[in-house]
Parts: sequence; C-alpha cells; structure tokens
Amino acid sequence: MKKKVLGLLLSTTMVAGMLSACGSSATTTETPAAETPAAETTTEAPAAETPAAETTTEAAAELPADEGKVLNISAWNEEFKSRLTDHYPGYEVVDGTTGKIGDVTVNWLITPNEENAYQNRLDELLLAQDSAAADDKVDLFLVEADYAVKYTDTDYTLSVKDLGLTDEDLKNQYTYTQDVVTDSNGVIKGTSWQGCPGVMIYNREVAKEVFGSDDPADIQPLFSDWDKFYESAGKLDAAGYDVISSTADTFRVYQNNASLPWVDGTKIQVDDNLKKWVEDSKKLADAGYCNTWGQWGEDWSKGFYPEGKVFAYFGPAWLIDFSMAKDVEGSIASQGGWAATEGPQGFYWGGTWICAAAGTDNANLVADIMRKMTCDADIMKDIVLKDNDFVNNRPVMEELANDPSYANEVLGGQNPLKMFCAGADKIDMANLTAYDQGLLGDFQTAMGDYINGNYATYDEALEQFYTLALQRYPELTR
Amino acid sequence: MDKKKSNSNVVKFNRWGYIFLIPFFVTYIIFSLIPLFSTIYNSFFENYRSGLKQIGPNFVGINNYINLLSSPEIWKYLVNTLIMWVGGFIPQITIALLLAYWFSDPSLRLKGQRFFKTVIYMPNLIMASAFSMLFFALFSDSGPVNQILLSIGVIKEPFKFFQYVIASRVLVMLMNFLMWFGNTTILLMAGMLGIDSSLYEAAQVDGATASQVFFKITMPILRPIFTYVLITSLIGGLQMFDVPQILTNGRGNPTDSLTTVIMLLNRYLTSKDVGRGGALSVFLFVVTGILSLVVFRMNSSKDKD
Repeated sequence: MKKKVLGLLLSTTMVAGMLSACGSSATTTETPAAETPAAETTTEAPAAETPAAETTTEAAAELPADEGKVLNISAWNEEFKSRLTDHYPGYEVVDGTTGKIGDVTVNWLITPNEENAYQNRLDELLLAQDSAAADDKVDLFLVEADYAVKYTDTDYTLSVKDLGLTDEDLKNQYTYTQDVVTDSNGVIKGTSWQGCPGVMIYNREVAKEVFGSDDPADIQPLFSDWDKFYESAGKLDAAGYDVISSTADTFRVYQNNASLPWVDGTKIQVDDNLKKWVEDSKKLADAGYCNTWGQWGEDWSKGFYPEGKVFAYFGPAWLIDFSMAKDVEGSIASQGGWAATEGPQGFYWGGTWICAAAGTDNANLVADIMRKMTCDADIMKDIVLKDNDFVNNRPVMEELANDPSYANEVLGGQNPLKMFCAGADKIDMANLTAYDQGLLGDFQTAMGDYINGNYATYDEALEQFYTLALQRYPELTR
Repeated sequence: MDKKKSNSNVVKFNRWGYIFLIPFFVTYIIFSLIPLFSTIYNSFFENYRSGLKQIGPNFVGINNYINLLSSPEIWKYLVNTLIMWVGGFIPQITIALLLAYWFSDPSLRLKGQRFFKTVIYMPNLIMASAFSMLFFALFSDSGPVNQILLSIGVIKEPFKFFQYVIASRVLVMLMNFLMWFGNTTILLMAGMLGIDSSLYEAAQVDGATASQVFFKITMPILRPIFTYVLITSLIGGLQMFDVPQILTNGRGNPTDSLTTVIMLLNRYLTSKDVGRGGALSVFLFVVTGILSLVVFRMNSSKDKD
C-alpha cells in the first residue's frame, strides 16, 4: 500500500515535472514538439507576432464582407515600406511591423534575403494560401528580377489587368519593367515603381587628384570600354587607389550584356561575356587594382568613406540613395563627394516589383497601391524629389532630367537623370529565367575562387560552378 | 506461497519502472524513430520542388544513392569533414587529457580549480553560430587580427584568411577545439577521479615515474571513458555544420573545401529536395555507424592484451 502511494506520488511528480518543463531528459526531448508545429504553420506566425494588429482589426467590422481587414505584405527589406509610408496617401505607422490604411491593418512580413530565406518563407505562404485564414493570406509580395519568373509564371500571382490596371495606367512605364513580370503567355503579373539603370559612381576627390578633373565629361572617355578601364585602373593603383572595391562590382555590368539566358530548356549555359568578366577580373585582381571580397560586407563598403581609398562603385539610383551611407557623418556621400558617369557598358541592377497574390481578400486596396505607387505621376515625382529614386515613369523622369533645378546631393549637385533615362530605354530583359539568382550566385562563388588563385584554370572553376548548380537545381542539366 | 507473493510484488513494483519509461519512449518514437524510417523511405523517391511546382514523389529505387555515391563531391565533403574533425580533435584530446590529469592529481594541489574548470567550459556556452560570426569578424581582411599583425610589423598586407584553404580550415579546427576541449576535460576528469587512489600510492611505493603512472595506470583504466569521448566526438564531428556554414555563408569556400556533408544537405533545401536529402542522411548514418564500430573495436581489442 505504502509502495503504491509512493509510486503514485513519484509518477505525479514526474508528470508535473513534465508539464512544467523543468529540464528532465524526457522534457528536453519534447522541446522540438513545441517547435515543429510552429515551423509547419509559418503562415500563422506573422499574425501571432502582431496581436495588437489583430485586436484592432476585429473591432473594425464595418468593412464589406468581401474585403479583408489585414493587408499582408511580404518583403525582404524596408525599402517598399518606407516608400509606402512616405508616399501612399492615408498610410499611418502603427509600429515597426504594422501600419494602417483606413480601417485596414497593414502587416509587414519582412524576411531577409540571406540564404534564400525570403523565398523559402514566401513559397510556404503562397502554397498555404488556400487554407490560410483570411487575415493570414498574403495580399501583396515583392520580387526581384533575378527570380521574378519563378512567381509570375504561376497561378499564385494575379494579372494586373484583372486588378483593374489598364493599358492607359501602364503606358508611361519603361517597357523593361513590364517584361520582367510578364509570364510565358504574355500576361503582365506585376508592376514596379522604380527603374534601375546603373551607372559608374566615382569619387570626385580621387578623380581630381589622379585625372585632374572631376567632370563626368572628362572622366567618361577614360572608362569608356574595358581596356581603357584597365588602363585607368593602373593609374589609380599607382596613386594608391583601388579602381573598384571588389571584382563583384562589375559582375552585373557584364552579365546584363550577355546574349544567352542562363538556362536553355533545362541546359545550363555560360555566356561568353561572363567568361570575359572572369578574365578581366582575374587581370584586375592579379595586378592588385582591386579586391575580391563579397558585396555588402564591411570590407566592401569601406570605400563609402574617404579612408577606404576606392575610386568607383557600379550601381543604380537605389544604391546611391539607399546603400552608400549618406546619413553617416564622414562618408563621401554625406559630403556630396560622388559623381556619376555611364562607365564602360550600360546595365541594370536590382529593382523591386510588386505582385498581387492570388486569393487576396483586399484586391481593391492592392490595385490602388499599385496604381498610386507605380502609375501616379505626382506621387512618383515626389519619390524622385524626396528619395532620389529613379521612378518607373518616362514623362516624369524626362521632365526632371531636363530640369536644371533638380540636383542630387550625394552626387555633389549633379543631375544624373539624363544618363539614367538613356540607360533605362536600352535595358533588355529578354534573358530572364527562374534560375538566375541561384546560378549567378554559384557562378560568382566558383569564379571568385579562380580569381583568388585557388583554382588553377577557368575550366576547373567552371566544373565547380556546374557542381554547385546541380546541387541547387536537380532538374537542370549541363 | 510466500515466495510467489513476493515475486508478484516485484512485478507490481516494476510496473512503475515501465510507466517512468513511457515519456522517453513516446518522445523517442515520435521524434526520432518515425523520422528515421521516413527518411529511409523518402530516400527512394524523386521528390522536390521546381520553383513553386512540386515534382514527384516518384519511386526511383536506389537512383538517389547511385547519383550521390557516384558524384565525386560527396567524397570530397566527407574528407573535408574528417580533416576538420581530426584537426580539431587532436589538440582537443591532448589538452583535455593534460588538464584533466592536472586537475585530478591531488599531489599538485592546484589553486583556483573551480575557477579554471568554469572558464575552460565557457566557450561551449556560446552558440556555435555566434562564435563563428565572432571569428569571421576577428579574422576578416580589415579585422582586429590583421590590424594587430600589421601594426607590429609581422605582415605588410592584410592576410586574407578566408581565401586560403589551409588558413580557413585551421580556423574551423581552432573553433571546434576551443568550443569542445572544456567539455572533454570534464568528462575525462570524471573518469580519472574514479580511479582508486591506492593504485597511485602503490605505484609511488614501487618507484614508478609520473609518465609510467600515466601510461600504465591512468590510461588503461580510463579507456572506457576515452572510447566514449572519442565516439561521441566522432559522431558530432561528422555532423559538423554550424561553424563552417556561418563562417563561409554556406558556400564552403575557398574551393568548396570547407563544405561538410551536412552543409550539402542544407544546399538541397533550395529545391526542398527530400529524396536526395534522405539518401544523403542515410549515407551519413551508415558512415557514422561504420566508423564508430571501427573506433570501438580498436579500443576494446587493445583491452585484451
């Protein structure tokens, strides 16, 4: 009897211990249990993160039944959020991850791009779209050109025509921005507020010291093709400057001027221009004219400051506005020390497209955001004036390009828009595939090792590129 | 009659033992055994996602295994893993043995033992990923290590640690060593403290030297613990992932020579490739089993001599 009582007591203690999770071996193994369902239902997590948002929306029940109360926007950084906050009429900030438009709560699902995390989350959200609760459905998501096809060529994305955007609305946009989000049947599935023609952004001080002038008209002839680029790099090196921060900087320039898409059917192909990038970069790096670190790292961005001793970066308007540390005291950008010129070849880099997710319960609002942010000339002009972005509206940009009063502070008062406008018209996006992002990343990884001298030959590095690519995409062949 | 009663009492009392075991077995079956079998099951299928399109599952027999084992990179990654494990394990076990011996030797009368025991365990408390980020910052081209070396004039140009195979591998070994030698020390110390001190006294009386005592008394008695440390470290080493993953941002560069087997598993995640992932996991399971068996045999056969 006593033993029974003792046993009962002990087992109760054990169960109690389990429930209160105080670290017995049984409970430790149980911890994953709590994690697994959370991971499976990622869709619910964002809603759970913002309980404040949910309660406010439950109160506002006067909206028509077909309209959702939460607008979920999936993004990888704060850029679109800040555009919407500053320029969309009626947008109110609630807190870091939520806002309000009228009675609708805007819920930002921001996941960084690192290691494909953004797409992994978006994939799960979209695949669960049908079964998700109304407030958890993704309404709007952002994509980049490198992987836009992956989403636009499916039924998970709505056609902008179905949302009520007309040809009239879209007529002022640059054609290439529409090509990026046009699916294989010729239907436009998204829209963008920005265009991303790139330029060579160089340091005025260094230009004066080494070339005797900081005027783009004098600098451009020195960098008008890759041979001259290499020659001028030598002069910069002699004066103690790197021509570019990293060999990765020019990758986009070569890649955009490639004539073959990355994948033909299921076969991976490497364009000759990419091989030229490898050869030219190897030459630059071996001569010590530039470094080879990855973009966005601390080493790469130290050229944003005078001590970094970097002559130029390649990038579009958003790089100048968003990434070059213009708000940090002591940076070259804060002193207006940069200037822009076309550089050896035209290119584009980046850009963000807005897509409407199928199954959205806020179709009207989504359409309105698209119309206001990507088609409304007044709002778009405002974006240029406030944020120096290059907007996707030809008349607005051409007007400002010829406006002598428009000046970019980071570029020391230069008006770079004529250059951007000319670039935007030349961009050709015919070569996009759904695999671009992964393949160009793997290509740079493999070739980076060759440029650093870790592979003896280009062919060895190419072999490594194929290995990495096939690990990533089992459906491709070489 | 009496005997029978007491017997049934034992059975009754044993029942509680089984009840206590239930939580373990339930969690084990749900979170280890079922996933184990489903991994093996999945490894026979072609099952991945191309963009947002699901491909499969189609039964492909042992094709996943054939593709995996016939590709040269898996063997390269296995060798990478083993090199980085061995390189970290040798200093780790040496230092741990030495420290454990000092700590457990009463004749040395070390002061502040508790303090040092805590300190050497400290690196293990830091998350491997945080530790790895720290090393990445320390050894980056413009990081503090390079700046110190530059300012004392050892080098003229920053040394690019992460662009040389040997340098980056050594960093991984160093991290693994730093993170785990404290843990190993404590395990070995537990074993050493369990050795009967009369054996040491007898050795002293017989005039044995310190090294004789170590190799003839400590090591043979320590062998079971030693084998345990070796096998757990081997299993952990074969599953090496977080340190090189964070240090190289998943690329395993330079030249893929920091890529471990589990990092390859992580790469399959882009396409959610359950089939190839399953085959790789089973392969690693088998390799771990074989190597553990070899290590175990090696240690127990010596015992018989």
